[in-house]
Amino acid sequence: MHLIIAYIRPEKLSDVKKALIKNEVFKMSITNALGAGDEQVYHERYRGADVEIDLLKRVRLEIAVNESFIQRAVDSILEGGVTGQDGDGKIFVLPMTQCYRIRTGNKGPHAIG
Amino acid sequence: MRAVFSPTVLAGILLWLLLGPLASPAVAQVETLTGAQAEAAALTQSIGEAPAEYSIANNLWIVIATALVFLMHLGFACLETGLTRAKNTVNILFKNVAIVGIGILTYAFIGFALMYPGGEFAGQWFGFGGFGIAPPADYDPLTYADGAYTYWTEFLFQGMFAATAATIVSGAVAERVKLGPFLAFSAVYVALVYPMVGMWHWGGGWLAERGFHDFAGSTLVHSVGGWGALAGVLALGPRIGKYVMGGDGKTIVRPIMGHSMPLAAIGVFLLWFGWFGFNGGSVLSADPEKISYVLVTTTLAAAAGIFGAMFTSWIVQKEPDLSMVLNGILAGLVGITAGADVVGVMDAVVIGAVAGTAVVFAVVGLDRARIDDPVGAISVHLVCGIWGTLAVGLFAADKSFLTQLLGVGAVGAACLPTALIIFFVLKHTVGIRVSRTDELRGLDLSEHGMEAYTGFQIFTVQ
Repeated sequence: MHLIIAYIRPEKLSDVKKALIKNEVFKMSITNALGAGDEQVYHERYRGADVEIDLLKRVRLEIAVNESFIQRAVDSILEGGVTGQDGDGKIFVLPMTQCYRIRTGNKGPHAIG
Repeated sequence: MRAVFSPTVLAGILLWLLLGPLASPAVAQVETLTGAQAEAAALTQSIGEAPAEYSIANNLWIVIATALVFLMHLGFACLETGLTRAKNTVNILFKNVAIVGIGILTYAFIGFALMYPGGEFAGQWFGFGGFGIAPPADYDPLTYADGAYTYWTEFLFQGMFAATAATIVSGAVAERVKLGPFLAFSAVYVALVYPMVGMWHWGGGWLAERGFHDFAGSTLVHSVGGWGALAGVLALGPRIGKYVMGGDGKTIVRPIMGHSMPLAAIGVFLLWFGWFGFNGGSVLSADPEKISYVLVTTTLAAAAGIFGAMFTSWIVQKEPDLSMVLNGILAGLVGITAGADVVGVMDAVVIGAVAGTAVVFAVVGLDRARIDDPVGAISVHLVCGIWGTLAVGLFAADKSFLTQLLGVGAVGAACLPTALIIFFVLKHTVGIRVSRTDELRGLDLSEHGMEAYTGFQIFTVQ
Protein backbone atom coordinates (compact mmCIF):
# COMPACT_ATOMS: atom_id res chain seq x y z
CA MET A 1 0.00 0.00 0.00
CA HIS A 2 1.26 3.44 -0.90
CA LEU A 3 0.24 7.05 -0.50
CA ILE A 4 0.71 9.38 -3.45
CA ILE A 5 1.01 13.07 -2.61
CA ALA A 6 1.05 15.41 -5.59
CA TYR A 7 1.27 19.19 -5.84
CA ILE A 8 -0.17 20.52 -9.07
CA ARG A 9 -1.25 23.82 -10.60
CA PRO A 10 -4.79 24.76 -9.50
CA GLU A 11 -5.98 25.28 -13.08
CA LYS A 12 -4.79 21.78 -14.06
CA LEU A 13 -6.93 20.02 -11.49
CA SER A 14 -9.76 19.22 -13.88
CA ASP A 15 -7.33 17.76 -16.43
CA VAL A 16 -5.67 15.64 -13.75
CA LYS A 17 -9.03 14.41 -12.45
CA LYS A 18 -10.12 13.49 -15.93
CA ALA A 19 -6.94 11.50 -16.49
CA LEU A 20 -7.24 9.74 -13.13
CA ILE A 21 -10.84 8.77 -13.75
CA LYS A 22 -9.90 7.47 -17.20
CA ASN A 23 -7.41 5.18 -15.47
CA GLU A 24 -10.02 4.08 -12.94
CA VAL A 25 -8.61 5.97 -9.97
CA PHE A 26 -11.70 7.50 -8.40
CA LYS A 27 -10.83 8.19 -4.78
CA MET A 28 -8.75 11.21 -3.88
CA SER A 29 -8.47 14.06 -1.46
CA ILE A 30 -7.82 17.68 -2.52
CA THR A 31 -6.60 20.60 -0.46
CA ASN A 32 -5.47 24.15 -1.06
CA ALA A 33 -1.77 24.73 -0.59
CA LEU A 34 0.89 27.40 -0.95
CA GLY A 35 4.25 26.27 -2.20
CA ALA A 36 7.71 27.26 -3.32
CA GLY A 37 9.41 25.26 -6.03
CA ASP A 38 11.14 25.78 -9.35
CA GLU A 39 8.87 28.57 -10.39
CA GLN A 40 10.29 32.07 -10.18
CA VAL A 41 9.33 34.30 -7.36
CA TYR A 42 6.96 36.96 -8.69
CA HIS A 43 6.24 40.47 -7.65
CA GLU A 44 3.07 42.23 -6.68
CA ARG A 45 2.70 45.92 -6.05
CA TYR A 46 0.68 47.54 -3.33
CA ARG A 47 0.25 51.28 -3.00
CA GLY A 48 3.66 52.10 -4.41
CA ALA A 49 5.68 49.40 -2.72
CA ASP A 50 7.00 46.16 -4.20
CA VAL A 51 6.01 42.84 -2.66
CA GLU A 52 7.88 39.60 -3.31
CA ILE A 53 5.63 36.57 -3.42
CA ASP A 54 7.53 33.34 -3.00
CA LEU A 55 4.69 31.06 -1.87
CA LEU A 56 2.47 30.31 -4.83
CA LYS A 57 -1.00 28.80 -5.04
CA ARG A 58 -1.00 25.08 -5.54
CA VAL A 59 -3.44 22.22 -5.13
CA ARG A 60 -2.44 19.13 -3.16
CA LEU A 61 -3.78 15.69 -4.05
CA GLU A 62 -3.60 12.70 -1.79
CA ILE A 63 -4.38 9.28 -3.24
CA ALA A 64 -3.99 6.01 -1.38
CA VAL A 65 -3.25 3.15 -3.80
CA ASN A 66 -2.46 -0.50 -3.88
CA GLU A 67 0.72 -1.72 -5.62
CA SER A 68 -1.05 -2.38 -8.91
CA PHE A 69 -2.42 1.16 -9.17
CA ILE A 70 0.71 3.19 -8.40
CA GLN A 71 1.94 3.55 -11.95
CA ARG A 72 -1.53 4.28 -13.32
CA ALA A 73 -2.14 7.03 -10.84
CA VAL A 74 1.30 8.58 -11.30
CA ASP A 75 0.99 8.50 -15.09
CA SER A 76 -2.42 10.18 -14.93
CA ILE A 77 -1.13 12.98 -12.77
CA LEU A 78 1.91 13.42 -15.01
CA GLU A 79 -0.28 13.50 -18.08
CA GLY A 80 -2.92 15.86 -16.70
CA GLY A 81 -0.69 18.21 -14.75
CA VAL A 82 2.06 18.99 -17.22
CA THR A 83 2.32 22.32 -19.00
CA GLY A 84 6.05 22.36 -19.68
CA GLN A 85 6.65 25.48 -17.59
CA ASP A 86 8.49 25.78 -14.29
CA GLY A 87 6.08 25.21 -11.43
CA ASP A 88 4.16 22.21 -12.76
CA GLY A 89 4.64 20.51 -9.39
CA LYS A 90 5.88 17.27 -7.87
CA ILE A 91 4.61 13.78 -7.08
CA PHE A 92 5.75 11.95 -3.95
CA VAL A 93 5.17 8.23 -3.52
CA LEU A 94 5.29 7.11 0.09
CA PRO A 95 5.00 3.62 1.54
CA MET A 96 1.93 3.27 3.73
CA THR A 97 1.82 1.04 6.80
CA GLN A 98 -1.90 0.57 7.22
CA CYS A 99 -5.23 1.77 5.91
CA TYR A 100 -8.65 1.59 7.66
CA ARG A 101 -12.14 2.15 6.40
CA ILE A 102 -13.96 4.03 9.11
CA ARG A 103 -17.47 2.84 8.23
CA THR A 104 -16.68 -0.86 8.67
CA GLY A 105 -13.44 -0.87 10.60
CA ASN A 106 -11.80 -3.03 7.91
CA LYS A 107 -8.12 -2.62 7.27
CA GLY A 108 -5.56 -3.57 4.67
CA PRO A 109 -5.42 -3.38 0.85
CA HIS A 110 -9.16 -4.01 0.54
CA ALA A 111 -9.91 -0.91 2.57
CA ILE A 112 -8.14 1.28 0.01
CA GLY A 113 -10.20 0.69 -3.12
CA MET B 1 -32.00 21.27 -20.91
CA ARG B 2 -34.67 20.21 -23.36
CA ALA B 3 -37.09 21.54 -20.76
CA VAL B 4 -36.02 25.03 -21.78
CA PHE B 5 -38.07 24.84 -24.94
CA SER B 6 -40.72 22.46 -23.72
CA PRO B 7 -44.19 23.06 -25.18
CA THR B 8 -45.62 23.75 -21.72
CA VAL B 9 -43.18 26.54 -21.00
CA LEU B 10 -43.62 28.10 -24.41
CA ALA B 11 -47.39 27.95 -24.08
CA GLY B 12 -47.10 29.65 -20.72
CA ILE B 13 -45.07 32.44 -22.23
CA LEU B 14 -47.51 32.93 -25.10
CA LEU B 15 -50.39 33.11 -22.63
CA TRP B 16 -48.53 35.76 -20.68
CA LEU B 17 -47.88 37.83 -23.78
CA LEU B 18 -51.50 37.60 -24.90
CA LEU B 19 -52.98 38.27 -21.49
CA GLY B 20 -51.02 41.46 -21.09
CA PRO B 21 -52.81 43.73 -23.55
CA LEU B 22 -56.12 42.01 -22.84
CA ALA B 23 -55.80 42.44 -19.09
CA SER B 24 -56.09 46.22 -19.14
CA PRO B 25 -59.61 46.63 -20.56
CA ALA B 26 -60.73 43.54 -18.67
CA VAL B 27 -59.96 45.06 -15.29
CA ALA B 28 -62.50 47.83 -14.85
CA GLN B 29 -60.92 49.24 -11.71
CA VAL B 30 -57.72 49.93 -13.61
CA GLU B 31 -59.70 51.95 -16.16
CA THR B 32 -61.22 54.25 -13.56
CA LEU B 33 -57.92 54.55 -11.72
CA THR B 34 -56.19 55.53 -14.96
CA GLY B 35 -58.91 58.08 -15.60
CA ALA B 36 -58.43 59.55 -12.15
CA GLN B 37 -54.69 59.53 -12.65
CA ALA B 38 -55.07 61.39 -15.91
CA GLU B 39 -57.14 64.04 -14.16
CA ALA B 40 -54.64 64.32 -11.37
CA ALA B 41 -51.82 64.50 -13.87
CA ALA B 42 -53.56 67.32 -15.70
CA LEU B 43 -54.08 69.21 -12.46
CA THR B 44 -50.53 68.73 -11.31
CA GLN B 45 -49.20 69.43 -14.80
CA SER B 46 -48.92 73.04 -13.85
CA ILE B 47 -46.71 72.36 -10.84
CA GLY B 48 -43.89 70.92 -12.88
CA GLU B 49 -43.94 73.76 -15.35
CA ALA B 50 -44.38 76.72 -13.03
CA PRO B 51 -41.18 78.68 -12.66
CA ALA B 52 -39.66 80.13 -9.51
CA GLU B 53 -42.09 78.86 -6.85
CA TYR B 54 -41.54 75.21 -7.71
CA SER B 55 -38.18 75.36 -9.46
CA ILE B 56 -36.33 74.89 -6.19
CA ALA B 57 -38.31 71.75 -5.40
CA ASN B 58 -37.96 70.48 -8.98
CA ASN B 59 -34.22 70.97 -9.02
CA LEU B 60 -33.79 69.48 -5.57
CA TRP B 61 -35.49 66.27 -6.57
CA ILE B 62 -33.41 65.92 -9.74
CA VAL B 63 -30.22 66.49 -7.75
CA ILE B 64 -31.22 63.75 -5.31
CA ALA B 65 -32.04 61.52 -8.26
CA THR B 66 -28.59 62.24 -9.68
CA ALA B 67 -27.00 60.93 -6.51
CA LEU B 68 -29.22 57.84 -6.66
CA VAL B 69 -28.20 57.11 -10.25
CA PHE B 70 -24.59 57.59 -9.23
CA LEU B 71 -25.09 54.96 -6.55
CA MET B 72 -25.80 52.46 -9.32
CA HIS B 73 -22.08 52.35 -9.99
CA LEU B 74 -21.64 50.86 -6.55
CA GLY B 75 -24.37 48.41 -7.46
CA PHE B 76 -22.65 47.41 -10.69
CA ALA B 77 -19.31 47.07 -8.91
CA CYS B 78 -20.75 44.72 -6.30
CA LEU B 79 -22.80 42.70 -8.77
CA GLU B 80 -20.00 42.19 -11.27
CA THR B 81 -17.54 41.34 -8.49
CA GLY B 82 -19.89 38.80 -7.00
CA LEU B 83 -20.61 37.02 -10.27
CA THR B 84 -16.98 36.65 -11.39
CA ARG B 85 -14.01 34.82 -9.97
CA ALA B 86 -12.00 36.16 -7.05
CA LYS B 87 -8.81 36.25 -9.09
CA ASN B 88 -10.27 38.97 -11.33
CA THR B 89 -11.86 41.14 -8.67
CA VAL B 90 -9.32 43.98 -8.66
CA ASN B 91 -9.62 44.21 -12.44
CA ILE B 92 -13.41 44.38 -12.38
CA LEU B 93 -13.40 47.03 -9.69
CA PHE B 94 -10.76 49.00 -11.55
CA LYS B 95 -12.85 49.00 -14.71
CA ASN B 96 -15.93 50.09 -12.82
CA VAL B 97 -14.08 52.93 -11.14
CA ALA B 98 -12.40 54.10 -14.33
CA ILE B 99 -15.65 54.14 -16.27
CA VAL B 100 -17.25 56.61 -13.89
CA GLY B 101 -14.43 59.00 -14.64
CA ILE B 102 -14.50 58.37 -18.36
CA GLY B 103 -18.26 58.78 -18.52
CA ILE B 104 -18.46 62.05 -16.65
CA LEU B 105 -15.40 63.67 -18.15
CA THR B 106 -16.24 62.85 -21.76
CA TYR B 107 -19.81 63.96 -21.16
CA ALA B 108 -18.55 67.30 -19.89
CA PHE B 109 -16.13 67.70 -22.75
CA ILE B 110 -18.27 66.58 -25.68
CA GLY B 111 -21.11 64.21 -24.79
CA PHE B 112 -23.61 66.66 -23.33
CA ALA B 113 -23.28 68.95 -26.32
CA LEU B 114 -23.77 66.05 -28.74
CA MET B 115 -26.81 64.73 -26.89
CA TYR B 116 -28.54 68.06 -26.31
CA PRO B 117 -27.25 70.27 -29.10
CA GLY B 118 -30.06 72.75 -28.89
CA GLY B 119 -33.35 73.57 -30.52
CA GLU B 120 -31.84 74.45 -33.90
CA PHE B 121 -31.15 70.74 -34.52
CA ALA B 122 -34.71 69.60 -33.86
CA GLY B 123 -35.75 66.61 -35.97
CA GLN B 124 -32.26 65.92 -37.27
CA TRP B 125 -29.80 63.02 -37.07
CA PHE B 126 -26.85 64.94 -35.69
CA GLY B 127 -26.22 68.11 -33.78
CA PHE B 128 -23.42 69.64 -31.76
CA GLY B 129 -23.58 72.48 -29.27
CA GLY B 130 -19.87 73.12 -28.86
CA PHE B 131 -17.19 71.64 -26.63
CA GLY B 132 -17.38 71.91 -22.87
CA ILE B 133 -20.23 72.83 -20.59
CA ALA B 134 -21.46 76.36 -20.08
CA PRO B 135 -24.96 77.70 -19.60
CA PRO B 136 -26.51 79.78 -22.40
CA ALA B 137 -26.03 83.52 -22.58
CA ASP B 138 -29.41 84.50 -21.13
CA TYR B 139 -29.24 81.93 -18.35
CA ASP B 140 -31.53 82.23 -15.36
CA PRO B 141 -31.26 79.16 -13.13
CA LEU B 142 -34.81 79.38 -11.87
CA THR B 143 -36.49 79.63 -15.25
CA TYR B 144 -34.15 77.45 -17.29
CA ALA B 145 -36.12 74.52 -18.76
CA ASP B 146 -39.37 76.05 -17.47
CA GLY B 147 -38.13 75.84 -13.90
CA ALA B 148 -37.57 72.10 -14.03
CA TYR B 149 -33.85 72.14 -13.27
CA THR B 150 -30.76 74.28 -13.61
CA TYR B 151 -28.34 73.86 -16.50
CA TRP B 152 -25.83 72.24 -14.18
CA THR B 153 -28.34 69.78 -12.82
CA GLU B 154 -29.34 68.84 -16.34
CA PHE B 155 -25.72 68.18 -17.26
CA LEU B 156 -24.91 66.12 -14.17
CA PHE B 157 -28.12 64.10 -14.16
CA GLN B 158 -27.73 63.19 -17.83
CA GLY B 159 -24.02 62.61 -17.27
CA MET B 160 -24.83 59.93 -14.73
CA PHE B 161 -26.96 58.17 -17.32
CA ALA B 162 -24.05 58.23 -19.76
CA ALA B 163 -21.73 56.66 -17.21
CA THR B 164 -24.37 53.99 -16.53
CA ALA B 165 -24.55 53.05 -20.20
CA ALA B 166 -20.77 52.76 -20.34
CA THR B 167 -20.49 50.47 -17.36
CA ILE B 168 -22.90 47.89 -18.76
CA VAL B 169 -20.21 46.67 -21.15
CA SER B 170 -17.65 45.98 -18.41
CA GLY B 171 -19.58 43.03 -16.99
CA ALA B 172 -19.94 41.21 -20.30
CA VAL B 173 -16.26 41.44 -21.27
CA ALA B 174 -15.04 40.62 -17.79
CA GLU B 175 -12.25 38.17 -16.97
CA ARG B 176 -10.55 38.26 -20.37
CA VAL B 177 -10.44 41.76 -21.83
CA LYS B 178 -7.26 43.80 -21.72
CA LEU B 179 -7.68 46.85 -19.54
CA GLY B 180 -6.20 49.50 -21.84
CA PRO B 181 -8.16 48.64 -25.00
CA PHE B 182 -11.32 48.30 -22.93
CA LEU B 183 -10.90 51.80 -21.53
CA ALA B 184 -10.22 53.07 -25.04
CA PHE B 185 -13.40 51.44 -26.33
CA SER B 186 -15.41 52.86 -23.44
CA ALA B 187 -14.09 56.35 -24.02
CA VAL B 188 -15.03 56.34 -27.70
CA TYR B 189 -18.37 54.61 -27.16
CA VAL B 190 -19.61 56.85 -24.36
CA ALA B 191 -18.13 60.04 -25.79
CA LEU B 192 -19.52 59.65 -29.29
CA VAL B 193 -21.93 56.78 -29.87
CA TYR B 194 -24.09 57.11 -26.77
CA PRO B 195 -24.80 60.85 -27.04
CA MET B 196 -25.26 60.85 -30.81
CA VAL B 197 -27.85 58.10 -30.57
CA GLY B 198 -29.44 59.67 -27.51
CA MET B 199 -29.86 62.94 -29.33
CA TRP B 200 -32.25 61.21 -31.77
CA HIS B 201 -34.90 61.10 -29.05
CA TRP B 202 -34.01 63.02 -25.91
CA GLY B 203 -32.08 65.71 -27.77
CA GLY B 204 -35.08 66.48 -29.93
CA GLY B 205 -33.89 64.55 -32.98
CA TRP B 206 -35.73 62.60 -35.67
CA LEU B 207 -37.00 59.80 -33.42
CA ALA B 208 -38.66 62.30 -31.11
CA GLU B 209 -40.53 63.78 -34.06
CA ARG B 210 -41.81 60.32 -35.01
CA GLY B 211 -43.44 59.85 -31.61
CA PHE B 212 -40.96 57.32 -30.26
CA HIS B 213 -41.25 56.95 -26.49
CA ASP B 214 -38.41 55.97 -24.20
CA PHE B 215 -39.10 57.43 -20.79
CA ALA B 216 -35.87 56.76 -18.94
CA GLY B 217 -33.76 54.86 -21.43
CA SER B 218 -34.60 51.19 -22.05
CA THR B 219 -33.31 51.78 -25.54
CA LEU B 220 -31.16 54.88 -25.26
CA VAL B 221 -29.21 53.71 -22.22
CA HIS B 222 -29.70 50.01 -21.62
CA SER B 223 -29.81 48.69 -25.15
CA VAL B 224 -26.95 51.00 -26.18
CA GLY B 225 -24.90 49.44 -23.40
CA GLY B 226 -26.23 46.02 -24.36
CA TRP B 227 -25.21 46.33 -28.02
CA GLY B 228 -21.74 47.38 -26.88
CA ALA B 229 -21.61 44.39 -24.57
CA LEU B 230 -22.68 42.04 -27.36
CA ALA B 231 -20.05 43.47 -29.69
CA GLY B 232 -17.37 43.03 -27.04
CA VAL B 233 -18.32 39.46 -26.31
CA LEU B 234 -18.39 38.57 -30.01
CA ALA B 235 -15.00 40.18 -30.59
CA LEU B 236 -13.39 38.61 -27.52
CA GLY B 237 -14.69 35.10 -27.54
CA PRO B 238 -15.63 33.04 -24.50
CA ARG B 239 -13.52 32.53 -21.39
CA ILE B 240 -11.13 29.59 -21.40
CA GLY B 241 -12.91 26.45 -20.34
CA LYS B 242 -16.44 27.86 -20.48
CA TYR B 243 -17.61 25.89 -23.52
CA VAL B 244 -16.51 22.38 -24.33
CA MET B 245 -17.44 20.32 -27.37
CA GLY B 246 -19.42 17.32 -26.23
CA GLY B 247 -19.11 13.90 -27.75
CA ASP B 248 -22.28 14.32 -29.80
CA GLY B 249 -21.17 17.66 -31.22
CA LYS B 250 -23.32 19.68 -28.82
CA THR B 251 -21.84 22.42 -26.72
CA ILE B 252 -21.36 21.55 -23.08
CA VAL B 253 -21.54 24.60 -20.87
CA ARG B 254 -19.18 24.40 -17.92
CA PRO B 255 -20.37 27.03 -15.49
CA ILE B 256 -17.77 29.39 -14.12
CA MET B 257 -19.34 30.28 -10.81
CA GLY B 258 -19.21 33.68 -9.22
CA HIS B 259 -17.27 33.88 -5.99
CA SER B 260 -19.61 35.92 -3.83
CA MET B 261 -23.39 35.65 -3.92
CA PRO B 262 -23.73 38.12 -1.01
CA LEU B 263 -21.93 40.80 -3.01
CA ALA B 264 -24.07 40.07 -6.04
CA ALA B 265 -27.28 40.39 -4.03
CA ILE B 266 -26.08 43.59 -2.37
CA GLY B 267 -25.24 44.93 -5.82
CA VAL B 268 -28.69 44.25 -7.20
CA PHE B 269 -30.42 45.86 -4.23
CA LEU B 270 -28.20 48.91 -4.66
CA LEU B 271 -29.10 49.04 -8.35
CA TRP B 272 -32.80 48.82 -7.48
CA PHE B 273 -32.31 51.62 -4.99
CA GLY B 274 -30.59 53.70 -7.64
CA TRP B 275 -33.48 53.08 -10.03
CA PHE B 276 -35.67 55.24 -7.79
CA GLY B 277 -33.56 58.06 -9.12
CA PHE B 278 -33.12 56.63 -12.60
CA ASN B 279 -36.87 56.50 -13.28
CA GLY B 280 -38.06 58.92 -10.62
CA GLY B 281 -35.67 61.60 -11.80
CA SER B 282 -36.52 61.08 -15.46
CA VAL B 283 -39.86 62.77 -14.72
CA LEU B 284 -37.64 65.87 -14.87
CA SER B 285 -39.65 67.78 -12.32
CA ALA B 286 -40.93 67.39 -8.76
CA ASP B 287 -44.45 66.68 -9.99
CA PRO B 288 -45.86 64.59 -7.14
CA GLU B 289 -48.27 62.52 -9.20
CA LYS B 290 -45.84 61.76 -12.00
CA ILE B 291 -42.98 60.80 -9.70
CA SER B 292 -45.04 58.66 -7.38
CA TYR B 293 -46.80 56.92 -10.26
CA VAL B 294 -43.53 56.18 -12.03
CA LEU B 295 -42.01 54.79 -8.85
CA VAL B 296 -45.02 52.51 -8.38
CA THR B 297 -44.80 51.06 -11.90
CA THR B 298 -41.05 50.71 -11.52
CA THR B 299 -41.25 48.89 -8.20
CA LEU B 300 -44.07 46.63 -9.36
CA ALA B 301 -42.13 45.66 -12.46
CA ALA B 302 -39.06 44.80 -10.39
CA ALA B 303 -41.12 42.69 -8.02
CA ALA B 304 -42.79 40.95 -10.94
CA GLY B 305 -39.37 40.37 -12.47
CA ILE B 306 -38.42 38.40 -9.37
CA PHE B 307 -41.30 36.02 -9.87
CA GLY B 308 -40.92 35.77 -13.62
CA ALA B 309 -37.32 34.70 -13.16
CA MET B 310 -38.05 32.57 -10.13
CA PHE B 311 -40.75 30.45 -11.72
CA THR B 312 -38.87 30.14 -14.98
CA SER B 313 -35.62 29.06 -13.35
CA TRP B 314 -37.52 26.74 -11.01
CA ILE B 315 -39.12 24.99 -13.95
CA VAL B 316 -36.16 25.06 -16.31
CA GLN B 317 -33.37 24.34 -13.83
CA LYS B 318 -35.46 22.33 -11.35
CA GLU B 319 -34.27 24.64 -8.57
CA PRO B 320 -34.74 28.34 -7.93
CA ASP B 321 -31.48 30.04 -8.87
CA LEU B 322 -30.49 33.15 -6.90
CA SER B 323 -28.36 34.64 -9.65
CA MET B 324 -31.25 34.26 -12.12
CA VAL B 325 -33.66 35.92 -9.71
CA LEU B 326 -31.22 38.77 -9.20
CA ASN B 327 -31.02 39.16 -12.96
CA GLY B 328 -34.82 39.00 -12.98
CA ILE B 329 -35.07 42.06 -10.75
CA LEU B 330 -32.84 44.00 -13.12
CA ALA B 331 -34.74 42.64 -16.10
CA GLY B 332 -38.01 43.95 -14.70
CA LEU B 333 -36.45 47.31 -13.98
CA VAL B 334 -34.92 47.62 -17.45
CA GLY B 335 -38.18 46.50 -18.99
CA ILE B 336 -40.30 49.15 -17.30
CA THR B 337 -37.78 51.92 -17.88
CA ALA B 338 -39.14 52.78 -21.32
CA GLY B 339 -42.77 53.15 -20.31
CA ALA B 340 -42.98 53.68 -16.56
CA ASP B 341 -44.90 56.89 -17.11
CA VAL B 342 -47.39 55.71 -19.73
CA VAL B 343 -48.30 52.10 -18.97
CA GLY B 344 -50.93 50.98 -16.52
CA VAL B 345 -50.30 49.38 -13.16
CA MET B 346 -51.23 45.87 -14.24
CA ASP B 347 -49.26 46.39 -17.44
CA ALA B 348 -46.17 47.12 -15.35
CA VAL B 349 -46.57 43.81 -13.55
CA VAL B 350 -46.90 41.95 -16.84
CA ILE B 351 -43.93 43.75 -18.37
CA GLY B 352 -41.78 42.91 -15.37
CA ALA B 353 -42.88 39.28 -15.29
CA VAL B 354 -42.23 38.79 -18.99
CA ALA B 355 -38.84 40.46 -18.65
CA GLY B 356 -37.95 38.17 -15.76
CA THR B 357 -38.94 35.16 -17.83
CA ALA B 358 -37.13 36.41 -20.91
CA VAL B 359 -33.88 36.97 -19.06
CA VAL B 360 -33.69 33.33 -17.95
CA PHE B 361 -34.21 32.11 -21.51
CA ALA B 362 -31.76 34.68 -22.82
CA VAL B 363 -29.03 33.56 -20.43
CA VAL B 364 -29.51 29.91 -21.36
CA GLY B 365 -29.87 30.71 -25.05
CA LEU B 366 -26.72 32.81 -25.20
CA ASP B 367 -24.76 29.99 -23.58
CA ARG B 368 -26.17 27.59 -26.18
CA ALA B 369 -24.87 29.94 -28.86
CA ARG B 370 -21.44 30.04 -27.19
CA ILE B 371 -21.81 33.73 -26.34
CA ASP B 372 -20.12 34.01 -22.95
CA ASP B 373 -21.60 36.75 -20.77
CA PRO B 374 -20.36 36.31 -17.18
CA VAL B 375 -22.93 38.57 -15.54
CA GLY B 376 -25.87 38.39 -17.93
CA ALA B 377 -25.45 41.98 -19.10
CA ILE B 378 -26.65 41.23 -22.63
CA SER B 379 -29.66 39.27 -21.36
CA VAL B 380 -30.69 41.98 -18.92
CA HIS B 381 -29.88 45.19 -20.73
CA LEU B 382 -30.15 44.35 -24.41
CA VAL B 383 -32.92 41.75 -24.49
CA CYS B 384 -35.07 43.36 -21.80
CA GLY B 385 -34.27 46.85 -23.03
CA ILE B 386 -35.71 45.89 -26.41
CA TRP B 387 -38.71 44.20 -24.73
CA GLY B 388 -39.38 47.24 -22.54
CA THR B 389 -39.31 49.57 -25.52
CA LEU B 390 -41.62 47.39 -27.60
CA ALA B 391 -43.92 46.89 -24.61
CA VAL B 392 -44.66 50.61 -24.66
CA GLY B 393 -46.14 50.09 -28.11
CA LEU B 394 -48.15 47.11 -26.88
CA PHE B 395 -49.54 48.56 -23.65
CA ALA B 396 -49.59 52.34 -23.81
CA ALA B 397 -52.70 53.91 -25.27
CA ASP B 398 -51.37 56.29 -27.90
CA LYS B 399 -48.01 54.73 -28.69
CA SER B 400 -47.26 52.91 -31.90
CA PHE B 401 -45.59 49.51 -31.78
CA LEU B 402 -44.07 50.11 -35.18
CA THR B 403 -42.52 53.39 -34.10
CA GLN B 404 -41.07 51.68 -31.07
CA LEU B 405 -39.71 48.95 -33.34
CA LEU B 406 -38.25 51.60 -35.62
CA GLY B 407 -36.41 53.17 -32.70
CA VAL B 408 -35.11 49.84 -31.44
CA GLY B 409 -33.92 48.92 -34.91
CA ALA B 410 -32.32 52.27 -35.64
CA VAL B 411 -30.40 52.31 -32.37
CA GLY B 412 -29.29 48.73 -32.92
CA ALA B 413 -28.22 49.46 -36.48
CA ALA B 414 -26.15 52.36 -35.23
CA CYS B 415 -24.65 50.82 -32.10
CA LEU B 416 -23.81 47.23 -32.93
CA PRO B 417 -21.78 47.78 -36.12
CA THR B 418 -20.02 50.80 -34.59
CA ALA B 419 -19.10 48.93 -31.45
CA LEU B 420 -17.93 45.95 -33.50
CA ILE B 421 -15.77 48.21 -35.63
CA ILE B 422 -14.16 49.82 -32.58
CA PHE B 423 -13.46 46.44 -31.05
CA PHE B 424 -12.09 44.93 -34.22
CA VAL B 425 -9.82 47.89 -34.87
CA LEU B 426 -8.48 47.52 -31.34
CA LYS B 427 -8.24 43.76 -31.78
CA HIS B 428 -6.08 44.02 -34.87
CA THR B 429 -3.87 46.82 -33.60
CA VAL B 430 -3.15 46.33 -29.89
CA GLY B 431 -5.18 43.19 -29.19
CA ILE B 432 -8.13 43.10 -26.81
CA ARG B 433 -7.71 39.78 -25.04
CA VAL B 434 -5.16 38.83 -22.41
CA SER B 435 -2.87 35.85 -23.01
CA ARG B 436 -3.89 32.36 -21.94
CA THR B 437 -1.42 32.34 -19.07
CA ASP B 438 -2.64 35.68 -17.82
CA GLU B 439 -6.26 34.63 -18.02
CA LEU B 440 -5.60 31.47 -16.01
CA ARG B 441 -3.46 33.26 -13.47
CA GLY B 442 -6.08 35.93 -13.02
CA LEU B 443 -6.21 39.49 -14.28
CA ASP B 444 -5.57 40.85 -10.80
CA LEU B 445 -2.03 39.56 -10.96
CA SER B 446 -1.39 39.93 -14.67
CA GLU B 447 -2.91 43.38 -15.23
CA HIS B 448 -2.55 44.97 -11.82
CA GLY B 449 0.08 43.04 -9.91
CA MET B 450 -2.09 42.84 -6.83
CA GLU B 451 -4.65 40.52 -5.30
CA ALA B 452 -8.11 41.36 -4.05
CA TYR B 453 -8.05 38.99 -1.09
CA THR B 454 -4.44 38.98 0.08
CA GLY B 455 -3.88 36.64 2.98
CA PHE B 456 -7.18 34.87 2.40
CA GLN B 457 -6.92 31.68 0.44
CA ILE B 458 -9.77 31.26 -1.98
CA PHE B 459 -9.94 27.82 -3.52
CA THR B 460 -9.20 28.37 -7.19
CA VAL B 461 -9.36 25.55 -9.66
CA GLN B 462 -10.64 27.39 -12.72
